[in-house]
Amino acid sequence: MRMSRALKGGLFKGVLFLSLLVGFLTLVVLLVDVFNDGLPFLDRTLLTSPPSGDPDIAGARPAILATIYIGALLLAFVVPIGVATAIYLEEYANKTRWYNRLLEINIQNLAAVPSIVYGILGLAFLVRGIGLGRVLLAGAMILTLLVLPTVIIAAREAIRAVPDSIRQGGYALGATQWQVVSRQVLPAAIPGIATGSILALSRGIGETAPLILIGAVTYISFDPTILGPFTALPIQIYSFLRLPQAEFKLLAAASIIVLLAILLTLNAFAIFIRNRYRRSW
Amino acid sequence: MQTDRGTITRIALLLLLVAVLAGCGGDGRDSDDAAGDDTVATTTSESGGDESGGDLSGRIQADGSSTVGPYTTAAAEAFQGVEPGVQVTVGVSGTGGGFERFCRGETDLSNASRAIKDEEIAACKKEGIEYVEFQVANDALTVVVNTENDWAQCLTVEHLTMIWNTGSKVNNWNQVDDSFPDEDLKLFGPGTDSGTFDYFTDEINGEEGASRSDYGASEDDNVIVQGVTGEKGGLGYFGFSYFEENQDSLKAVEIDGGDGCVAPSVETAQDGTYQPLSRPLFIYAKKESFKRPEVEAFVQYLIDNETQIAESSQYVPLTDEQLMKAKSDFEAAVEEVGA
Repeated sequence: MRMSRALKGGLFKGVLFLSLLVGFLTLVVLLVDVFNDGLPFLDRTLLTSPPSGDPDIAGARPAILATIYIGALLLAFVVPIGVATAIYLEEYANKTRWYNRLLEINIQNLAAVPSIVYGILGLAFLVRGIGLGRVLLAGAMILTLLVLPTVIIAAREAIRAVPDSIRQGGYALGATQWQVVSRQVLPAAIPGIATGSILALSRGIGETAPLILIGAVTYISFDPTILGPFTALPIQIYSFLRLPQAEFKLLAAASIIVLLAILLTLNAFAIFIRNRYRRSW
Repeated sequence: MQTDRGTITRIALLLLLVAVLAGCGGDGRDSDDAAGDDTVATTTSESGGDESGGDLSGRIQADGSSTVGPYTTAAAEAFQGVEPGVQVTVGVSGTGGGFERFCRGETDLSNASRAIKDEEIAACKKEGIEYVEFQVANDALTVVVNTENDWAQCLTVEHLTMIWNTGSKVNNWNQVDDSFPDEDLKLFGPGTDSGTFDYFTDEINGEEGASRSDYGASEDDNVIVQGVTGEKGGLGYFGFSYFEENQDSLKAVEIDGGDGCVAPSVETAQDGTYQPLSRPLFIYAKKESFKRPEVEAFVQYLIDNETQIAESSQYVPLTDEQLMKAKSDFEAAVEEVGA
């Protein structure tokens, strides 16, 4: 039995298209469902009021603010540490040394550790160990650890993608290693680093398990502070869903839309930076 | 060519700087916004305070049972209207998880859907945490079935034990009682961290925590609601407020504890005829915390307004007798710490 080459090609294309549909349709169904339920509840009250036992006046303001705070702190912590680590591993580390290889393996393994384990670590060391308490800062710090490997790996890929000829050219002109890294390699790697960082941030602010462990509360009526008790949007969504009144399910859907909006804004920002700073040699 | 590359480098550096600044700017704006919002929030709450004359401030932390959580939340919300300066947070780590934190001295109040256990008492003692127990509401643990279930109007405790006991292999309704039809029995219930689970297993299977484990377990009672709604032969159990909220889609089974069939209701939970599944709900308060006026005021408020809070958040209120006891326990505790 011989199939014509064209038929085989067409069949292959069809299989690829079906694979694409699996992800796409799932997303569409989810979005339609969430928007159907949530849109009527997506109003000022949701954004400006604290949670309440009465679904008519309940909002998610403390959770939304806390998620924004956590996101800002997370970026402030994770980008410098992650990029610095990546520069060291790519530009400075001697790969024949055992300790550098050990570092590398460690970082790759960290990326595969389940998030709940980071939560346990945070509870033991940050909350109880150094006595930081169940505060927003502890949450941001534990999420930093959680997404750090992702940022390091993305930044390393970006740095590695800078052609070696650029470095060699710099050295040929008498530049020091630091000058080559800071003036040539790093600027060229910005798109990759930015994309990696923002995707890591998106993952971080969607995370629930470690925050529950370090004691994010479920009812909080006042605006969060960095050193105060907090809740986050995913936890707020979960606690809305547990309440007996049916209206809270719709409020949860509306909160999901808010979380989606925050995530999509961040992703759009990443795409913008990538396009803005992309250059080719 | 060389100048070109120089320019590119310079532009790239400039852009990096801009990106960094923009990043900082973004953060700054966020916090500015938040600061602005903060001021608004504080002003409103201050003006609210002036109206009602509340002048207490401070932070009260509560954690524990997810069954009692909405009660404390409702109380905290109402209390905010009286004392806007007091910040109350409520967590739902489960009754056991709540006591674990409470006995480390991390929380002021611990919500519990069962009485404190011996090992928890020991843990509190070890840390020197003294506490007072307040009953804040009653609950009727409700056994529910699908609305299409027209055979199980009333189940005896023996029926339930047969279904739920450790090692039970019952998976069809006709195994429970000969008069029941041939219908698959699908079980749903709360997970092991739940005080509801502890209470149910203690009353039905005679030992706390003893239960068959091959059922749809969830800490989220709404999942149990959905499970039973979706299965004709479904059976599950949870707190009364979840049944009240889902009366249209579920049917409550009457329970025969030896004195005839009794349906769960506010009345039968209060007068104690709904046996053995009516239970008290508690809040445990750290005695030390009563030295702080805001905690004393909150617990006072909680007890004084027990009936309204319970009714608004769909709990079974205390009887007059139970309420009197809570009041006198509170007064004794306050006197003891000399607050």
